[in-house]
Amino acid sequence: MEEFEPRIIAFLCHWCTYTGADLAGTTRQQYPPNIRIIHMMCSGAVDTIYILKALIDGADGVLIGGCHPGDCHYQTGNYKARRRVGILKEIFHQVGFTEDRIWLRWISASEGKLFADTVTQMVEELKKMGPNPMKKLWLA
Amino acid sequence: MSKSAMLEVKNNDPIGTLRDFFRDLLEKKVVDALLIPKKLPSGDGYCQTLIRNPELLVDVNPLAPTVPVQSARLISHLTIMDPGCKVGAVLKSCEVRAVIELVKFLQVKLDRLILIGVDCLGTYEPSGYAKMSREKGKGGSITGNLLKGAREGKIKPQDGYDLRLACQICEYPNPQNADVIIGLFGHNPQKEIYVELRDGLAGELAEKGILATTEKGSSSRDSVIERLTEERLKRRDEVFDAFRSRVKNLQDLMDALSTCIRCHNCMVACPICYCKECVFKTPTFEHKADQFLRWADRKGGVRMPTDTLLFHLIRLSHMVTSCIGCGLCDSACPNDLPVATLFRAVGQKVQGLFDYTPGRSVDEEPPVATFKEDELQGESGTN
Ligand code: SF4
Ligand code: SF4
Ligand code: SF4
Ligand code: FES
Repeated sequence: MEEFEPRIIAFLCHWCTYTGADLAGTTRQQYPPNIRIIHMMCSGAVDTIYILKALIDGADGVLIGGCHPGDCHYQTGNYKARRRVGILKEIFHQVGFTEDRIWLRWISASEGKLFADTVTQMVEELKKMGPNPMKKLWLA
Repeated sequence: MSKSAMLEVKNNDPIGTLRDFFRDLLEKKVVDALLIPKKLPSGDGYCQTLIRNPELLVDVNPLAPTVPVQSARLISHLTIMDPGCKVGAVLKSCEVRAVIELVKFLQVKLDRLILIGVDCLGTYEPSGYAKMSREKGKGGSITGNLLKGAREGKIKPQDGYDLRLACQICEYPNPQNADVIIGLFGHNPQKEIYVELRDGLAGELAEKGILATTEKGSSSRDSVIERLTEERLKRRDEVFDAFRSRVKNLQDLMDALSTCIRCHNCMVACPICYCKECVFKTPTFEHKADQFLRWADRKGGVRMPTDTLLFHLIRLSHMVTSCIGCGLCDSACPNDLPVATLFRAVGQKVQGLFDYTPGRSVDEEPPVATFKEDELQGESGTN
C-alpha cells in the first residue's frame, strides 16, 4: 500500500505568511509538497466556513498563517482569527472531533525557514493521525 | 435601581387586571405603541400584535403560554431605525435575553424601547396549544391552569401535554434587564401581581396615577425563583449529560442529525442568526452539477441536499457564543431534531471559555466581537 500523503489547505495572510512561503521557495528551503495555498488579505478574513468546508470535503489538515501579534496590517485581524479558531476548536472538542487538524501559526514575511519547518512538522503529525475520516463521509 | 409595587388583582382575574394596567400605559402615553400577545380569532393561539388603539387590547394575554416567534426579531424591525415614538414590548425572559444580545450586535436600539418582562410559566408548542384549545372549546383556562402553580413555583402542564423542552430546562424563569417586570412567582395570582419598575419609570407611573411604588423587593418571590431555578438547572444538566453521552464522535453527531433535511428552519427561527446576508441564503451553496458530481466521485456518493454537517457547524461557530437557549430552533424543526440541546450543550462550554453569559448585560461584549491580547496563546502553537 502507498504511504498516506496528507493534504493540507493553507489560508495565508498576504502580508506575512504568504510572503514567508514565497521566501521559503526563493531561498530553496525544502518542505513537503502536501500543501495547497489560498491567498488571503489577513488571517482575520478566514471565516470558520473556509476551515470547515475544507475539512468536511476531506482535507487532512488546515493551516492558518497570520502576522505575529502586534504586526497585523489591519491591527487586530490575527487576534480575531485566534478567537475564531479557539471557538471552533472548542466546538470540535465538544462534539468529539479531533481539533489537531487545525493549525494556526504566526509566521512573518522573513520567516521562510519557519514556514518550511511548520509544513514539515504538520505533515509528520498528520501522517501519524492518518486520513481525515470525513473524506469518505457521503452523508455529510 | 428599581422600585416595586403589588398590583391588586380585581375580580380574581389576573389577566384582566394586567390588561387594565397595559391600557393605562397606552392611554396615558407611557408607551405610544405596545407589542403584546393577542389571542387569534380562531382561538388556536396567540400572536404578538403591535397595538396603537387601546380598544384592541381586548383578548391580549401578556401571560400567553406560547412563543410562536422570537419577539427579539420583531423588535429589531421596530427599533433598528428610530420608530419615532415609544414602543413597549411584552416579552418572556428568553426574549428579553435575545433582545440584549441583539443590542450588542447593533440590531436593536433601546432608546425608544420599553422592555416589559413577564415571569414565564413555560410555553407549549403552538401546535399543542391549538389542539388543547380545540379540545377545551375555548382555551380560556390554559393560561389559568399554569398560573395555579405560580405561587409555589410548581408549574404543572395540562395532562397529556408537555411544556417545550427548552422551557423545562430554562434556568431564567424570571426576566432580568427589563424596564418593567411583571412578577407572578411567590404570590397568589388571584390576589396580587408583583410589579418592578426601573427608577425613571417608577416616577412617571406614580405621576400619571397608574401605580405607586416603594422600595424594591418580594422575598417570597425571590425564594420561589431560587428553588425553581435550582430544579431547572438539575433537569438541564440531566439533558446535557444525556446528550453528551450520546454524542461522542463524528458518527454520533451524524446520527443525531441524520434526519435533518437542511430546510434551515432552525436558523430562520433563531433570534441570534440575524444576518441579512447569511451565507446559506447566498448562491455560495448553489453548486453546479459538475461540482456535485466531483464530490460524489471523490466520496463514492454524496447525500443531497449536501452540506448538512457544514450547516450546523457553521451556525455553531458563528453564534453559539450568544445562544440564549430559547429553543425556537427545536420548535421550528420539522423532524424533531435535538438542535437546541446541541446548541445549548456546546454553548455552555464555549461561552464558559470566555466567562460569557448571553443576555446578562448589554455591557459585556459578545465573544465573537472582541478578543484579548493575552488569551488562547496555545492556539498559535506558542504557549
Ligand atoms: S440556537 Fe436555538 S436555542 Fe439558541 S438562540 Fe438560536 S433558536 Fe434559541
Ligand atoms: S449561519 Fe452565520 S451567517 Fe448565517 S445567519 Fe447565522 S450567524 Fe449569520
Ligand atoms: S430545522 Fe431541523 S431539519 Fe431543518 S435544517 Fe434545522 S435541524 Fe435540519
Ligand atoms: S494582515 Fe497579516 S494577520 Fe492581519
